[in-house]
Amino acid sequence: MSSDVVPPVDASASAPPIVARAPGLDDRFGRLEIVFWLLAIAPLLVLPDYLVLASQVLIAALFALSLDLILGYAGIVSLGHAAFFGVGAYVAGLLSVRGHAEPLSGLVVAALASGVVGFCTSFLVVGGHGLTRLMVTLAVGLSLHEAANQASSVTGGTDGLSGMETSDLLSLLPFDMLGKTAYLYVLGVCFVVFLLVRRLVHSPFGLSLRGIRENERRMHALGAPVQRRLIEVYTLAAALAGVAGALSAQTTEFVGLETLGFDRSAGALVMLVLGGAGRLYGAFVGSCLFMLLQSVFSDIHPAYWQFWMGCLVMLIAFFARGGILGYASDMLMRLRERRALSAAAPAARTRA
Amino acid sequence: MTGGDQPALRAVGLSKAFGAFRANDGVDLALAGGARHALIGPNGAGKTTFVNLLTGRLAPSSGDVFIGGERVTALPEHARVGRGMTRTFQINALFDGLSVFESLLLAVCQRRGQGARWWRRLSRLDAEQGDVWRLLEQLRLGADAAVLTRHLPYGKRRLLEIGLALATGPRILLLDEPASGIPAAESREMFEVIAALPRSVTLLFIEHDMGLVFRFAERISVLVAGRLLCEGTPDEIAKDGRVREVYLGGQAP
Repeated sequence: MSSDVVPPVDASASAPPIVARAPGLDDRFGRLEIVFWLLAIAPLLVLPDYLVLASQVLIAALFALSLDLILGYAGIVSLGHAAFFGVGAYVAGLLSVRGHAEPLSGLVVAALASGVVGFCTSFLVVGGHGLTRLMVTLAVGLSLHEAANQASSVTGGTDGLSGMETSDLLSLLPFDMLGKTAYLYVLGVCFVVFLLVRRLVHSPFGLSLRGIRENERRMHALGAPVQRRLIEVYTLAAALAGVAGALSAQTTEFVGLETLGFDRSAGALVMLVLGGAGRLYGAFVGSCLFMLLQSVFSDIHPAYWQFWMGCLVMLIAFFARGGILGYASDMLMRLRERRALSAAAPAARTRA
Repeated sequence: MTGGDQPALRAVGLSKAFGAFRANDGVDLALAGGARHALIGPNGAGKTTFVNLLTGRLAPSSGDVFIGGERVTALPEHARVGRGMTRTFQINALFDGLSVFESLLLAVCQRRGQGARWWRRLSRLDAEQGDVWRLLEQLRLGADAAVLTRHLPYGKRRLLEIGLALATGPRILLLDEPASGIPAAESREMFEVIAALPRSVTLLFIEHDMGLVFRFAERISVLVAGRLLCEGTPDEIAKDGRVREVYLGGQAP
């Protein structure tokens, strides 16, 4: 511990200026991020026949992003996050069926409703730990699913909620058959929500969530109200999941029980494992990959696509713990180190 | 804020029972402002339990805790930190997945009341970042700012453990075996950092190395089997027959 210790600085220089850029805090938009969002616009021009599918991918990504807030950042594993997706979808759907077809206000109401459900259930989730917490999330998801099934006079039960109609976006753009308006709408909402989440993640609040994930005991000793932070982020994640659900309802003009289903909760978890949790873009990479592989594996054998998906998830879990993005950033870092070393070596030789 | 003769920290009859086992039994302690107070005692005497009762990590079976005259027995741990008291852990409690800089920034943001702000950018918190650089300098960890906590060698992890507590700007600091597990040379270095703290910080530390205790403590309390055996200056404690008996393997009275 002696060789690499910084020599003590003269104590009389009482207020040292910010010596260097604070490490790891750079939150400017990177080149790769710009490329990513340009690519997200591309389907409008290049893949007009796949816009409906592309919208589904983005909605799944937005849902996974909302889960990433609590899983990747705050460290709460949830098996019932679809509960909030479903609430958002049903609220948007019911609004539309009852004659309120304007999409943006429907989105806001759906987000508020999911947020309220999230807030109420957050106390149950945050109160427990480990397995208890996991079971509570599962139970909340299953209960809402069954409640929607029983309340078939309102929700349509297993038949789903139909007869929805979504009016023109901003009273200008009608939702067309090809899904062009729908894709624009979904992409726009995704981008706005992403900016919000991105801002939050790079804030003191976001840092304190990571602190809770890393060591809850220490957070108490630093004076942080851990319970309150978790309730806040759980509520926000629920509201954002509700936005995803509402987008799904409004663009497909249908809401089924599967919006509340366990498969959807588990699917979002798998997307984050594939893409990389706690990395913002992991949700997007994961959802693209998940949807793509689902169709590839279904081509191999329609009934057994989950077998191959399971194999892949196992591979990732064993060999690339941080998902695709985690693996890529590790590789990149190693490459940079090697390049720095090889750049330093000839210099040393010439000096000798 | 506190009256002149008001102790900075006071425990009155603190007791904690786990079933039939009385880990702490009516412990009284008063720390004057700026005290350098050591809490010693054989293994299992209940020293860490006592610290846990002071911080609010454990709820006492009976007794009270006062910070500067205010009764805080019913307050949760984080609220007591807000009143200027924090602690370090015997076994490191660090943020392995955060860098050294991020860890300290987290603590500083919390102290400055920024912890819940979600619209402010960490990269723009110049005052908070300045605090962190000053702390890094004080701890001599400046070169490790960008290092992930998980990759720090043990001695530096121990320093960061202290640093996190200092980052909360404590007026009362409870150190649970700050030098535990590090070689003697480094533990002296560790205590130099602690000894350099200003007198505005009141210190209570648990320590097993009697050399360090008698060098740095101005008062010493001896805890045996959950009870306070005696309290006094290092000289008085060194001469106390009962203490010698406990430490030389005699039976506790």
